[in-house]
Amino acid sequence: MKVSITVNGTRYEREVEPRVLLVHFLREELGLTGTNIGCDTSQCGACTVHMEGRPLKSCTCLAVQADGRQVTTIEGLAKGEQLHPMQDAFWEKHGLQCGYCTPGMIMSAVALLEENPEPTEEQVRHGLEGNLCRCTGYQKIVEAVLHASRSGG
Amino acid sequence: MSTRIFGSGIRRREDPRLITGEARYTDDISLSGMLHLAIVRSPLAHARIKAIRTEAARESEGVTGIYTAQDLDLNPIPCAWLLPDSDLKTPDHPPLARDRVRYVGDAVALVVAINRSAAQDAADLVEVDYEPLEAAVNPETATQPSAPQLFDDVPNNIAFRWVVSSGDEALEKAFGEADIVVQERIIQQRLLPTAMEPRSAVAQWNSAARELTVWCTSQNPHIHRHILSAVTGVPDHKLRVIAPEVGGGFGSKIPVYPDEALVSWASMKTGRPVKWTETRSENYQATIHGRDHVEYVELAARRDGRVVGIRGKVFAAMGAYLSTAGPGIPTILHGLMYSGAYDIPHIRCESIGVFTNTTPVDAYRGAGRPEAIFLVERLMDKLAHQAEIDPVEVRRLNLIPPFRDGHEVATGLTYDSGDYGAALDKALQKAGYGRLRAQQRDAAKQGRLIGIGVTCYAEICGLGPSQVAGAIGFQGGLWESAIVRVSATGKVQVMIGASPHGQGEETTFAQIVSSEIGLPVEDIEIVHGDTDRTPMGWGTYGSRTTPVSGAAVTLATRKVKEKARRLASHLLEAAAEDIEYEDGRFFVRGSPDRFKTIQEMALMATVGWDLPEGMDPGLEASQFYDPPNFVYPFGAHIAVVEVDRETGAVALERYIAVDDCGPHINPVIVEGQIQGGVVQGVGQALLEGCVYDEQGQLITGTLLDYAIPRADSVPTIELDSTITPSPHHPIGVKGVGETGTIASTITVYNAVIDALRPMGVHQIEMPLTPPRVWKAMQSASGTGGPTS
Repeated sequence: MKVSITVNGTRYEREVEPRVLLVHFLREELGLTGTNIGCDTSQCGACTVHMEGRPLKSCTCLAVQADGRQVTTIEGLAKGEQLHPMQDAFWEKHGLQCGYCTPGMIMSAVALLEENPEPTEEQVRHGLEGNLCRCTGYQKIVEAVLHASRSGG
Repeated sequence: MSTRIFGSGIRRREDPRLITGEARYTDDISLSGMLHLAIVRSPLAHARIKAIRTEAARESEGVTGIYTAQDLDLNPIPCAWLLPDSDLKTPDHPPLARDRVRYVGDAVALVVAINRSAAQDAADLVEVDYEPLEAAVNPETATQPSAPQLFDDVPNNIAFRWVVSSGDEALEKAFGEADIVVQERIIQQRLLPTAMEPRSAVAQWNSAARELTVWCTSQNPHIHRHILSAVTGVPDHKLRVIAPEVGGGFGSKIPVYPDEALVSWASMKTGRPVKWTETRSENYQATIHGRDHVEYVELAARRDGRVVGIRGKVFAAMGAYLSTAGPGIPTILHGLMYSGAYDIPHIRCESIGVFTNTTPVDAYRGAGRPEAIFLVERLMDKLAHQAEIDPVEVRRLNLIPPFRDGHEVATGLTYDSGDYGAALDKALQKAGYGRLRAQQRDAAKQGRLIGIGVTCYAEICGLGPSQVAGAIGFQGGLWESAIVRVSATGKVQVMIGASPHGQGEETTFAQIVSSEIGLPVEDIEIVHGDTDRTPMGWGTYGSRTTPVSGAAVTLATRKVKEKARRLASHLLEAAAEDIEYEDGRFFVRGSPDRFKTIQEMALMATVGWDLPEGMDPGLEASQFYDPPNFVYPFGAHIAVVEVDRETGAVALERYIAVDDCGPHINPVIVEGQIQGGVVQGVGQALLEGCVYDEQGQLITGTLLDYAIPRADSVPTIELDSTITPSPHHPIGVKGVGETGTIASTITVYNAVIDALRPMGVHQIEMPLTPPRVWKAMQSASGTGGPTS
């Protein structure tokens, strides 16, 4: 099937099999490998992107369902060399170790603050429960999100 | 530049690529003409293979080849930890099962196709006729004569029987004469490591050069190279292994699996690059598991609480085959740590490794040591209860007194340095222990169940002296090497054999080098993870990278600095002993104006125009470092929990961790390691458990069924530290990758039992999920049971 999907501001027209997931479309068709795959049951959140500004586990969506939509991936978050405040906060607060969950975690965190710009620690923890991290124990991720919140990220 | 960079919590240098999506993990690699491989795996735990029909699969679109065991010319996958004096059995582990499968996930056929989905589609069409056999699943019952046998030549499925003893006769006597003996049967449940990145491999055979390159998710690319060479027959100098970005390991990316060898073989067979990446469900079947012990342990003590002996018998599952380091985990890394943080005169551990029809078991974060500290601390709490002494006091009574340069314990290890009481005091103070106990009593009056767990631990890390490695059957050394190379412009490349994958050594090692030599961190690049670009090293595991590889880096940098000093003395026409060095400048003592910068020395060494007699050009040094001893981090952890009477839910209210890993190179990274480790251990206590049914079917086969901690599962971990340098290490550092996991499982477990003891609950099998806790409360016989 033919799809037209705008990813990080660029429109892509491609022929895809109906069964292709958005995450595979991004990684294999467009070569945007920043979005990672950590499970096959939509638990881990590593593949979180934004579609029409809202967070989405890109393994839960077929590429054809994204037809005509705007998608933002981790590669589209920074403005050139200028990191998004959430990326900077993760760096500043050591909110990552191996980095594998990080793109999805950052995309979820950005969406979380858009919905609730000044969350409590508890709200951050609750808001990120759909993103799994095995390295950090979450503490510095939570600190990073609160830091970004304070600095207007 | 000053030396302040050592000990500073600077931002990590690896992060920019990771937070922007530019990092390249193995599955991100795409090569021209690349084929994709899928592996057909057994759905049965134990069966004979009667026939494999591949006709339909061959017809599937995009398939280029389907292969079974008879097509392969690979050697068996070897085990690399051959325990001495244990009658270890090492049955062949063929990369593809030939006539029998022994666990759900055992590989039976390969499909190679033009893309990932075509390979998977065809794999689903491969038909295998199995004749099912009874399965042996539990490591204890699998040793009974009536149990199904995995291998004809391994009676009772016993892979090995290993014993460490301080002296059996004296031990028996100590137990016989003891006032108090406490016992427990402990189940260390099976765990799924669950690194967020599943395993993956890409192989590229260059037939013209007869060279093989393998990119794979590895914690130890040099070990992968050695073993893949042995399995594929490609000589090691023609085999390059690259660990690109690696998304966590926790032990699960140490072993060399059949999969990497199969991908290599497929590339050699087809002459094209081949990629394989496991799904999470495949990861849960095909990537090693951790723990899985059934233990019978007991502790003997005098009435006053002084411990006189500890002994245990461990049935440790090996899974269906011996994984790379499997036999070493429930033995060397477990039994030798039965002394924990205490002076215990008599110790014995008997460990029985058992083949079961399950995924192979190998190192998972902490690997043997969490299990050891668990049983020691569990028995300490039971002793405290029986002797009616506060659990803190019973620990204090038995702690090894402060020592700065060596303390031998009854298992034969010599701990390097420690002040265990200081760490305990600090943790108690931070927690407000006295106040907590008062709160617990007050809460009890209101019918609330609050529990406190206190743990003192020591761990063996920084593996390790190579002579010891040989003596304990590890089929390799445990040294590290580093090359420090300063270019003409004063930029530094540091090539290390270890292979960090999240631990931050690109930052901390640059901090070491910067502190030693005075060049800015920004000018120092740590190169790792590529056998063609780095010198030999044995990898990143066992909290060894900073203690061992970090020492090699330190000493290599000192060599470089010494050479630069000699060159400066020559150019400044002053005696070398009169040359001082500060902030990147060599100057003549008393004349700070007469100086040469380290960058100038790099340039002059590189051009070689005016070198002192006998000096080689270049500013570079290579250093091997074989540690004289292990390092022994330690600490004290405290957990506070509240158990809901109505639901059995455990709320972890507070967690306090005081750890001593020697000096902190980067305190923020140290915090991250401890927090992550603690939460992983909490996962074992409260959430995680890999379950097989009696037929060996993996019940927890996806992340839907296996619960790892989420952001809202844990509170803020309250951290503090004491700092006791290792006496034998060039910069005194110990290791910190595993401390949290080693201490936290038992700390939380003891806290829960402490909360439930008044109700008569003394034991619950982990994980302590609400249904289990609730059931335990329901069936408890004691007073203070649930309100009706």
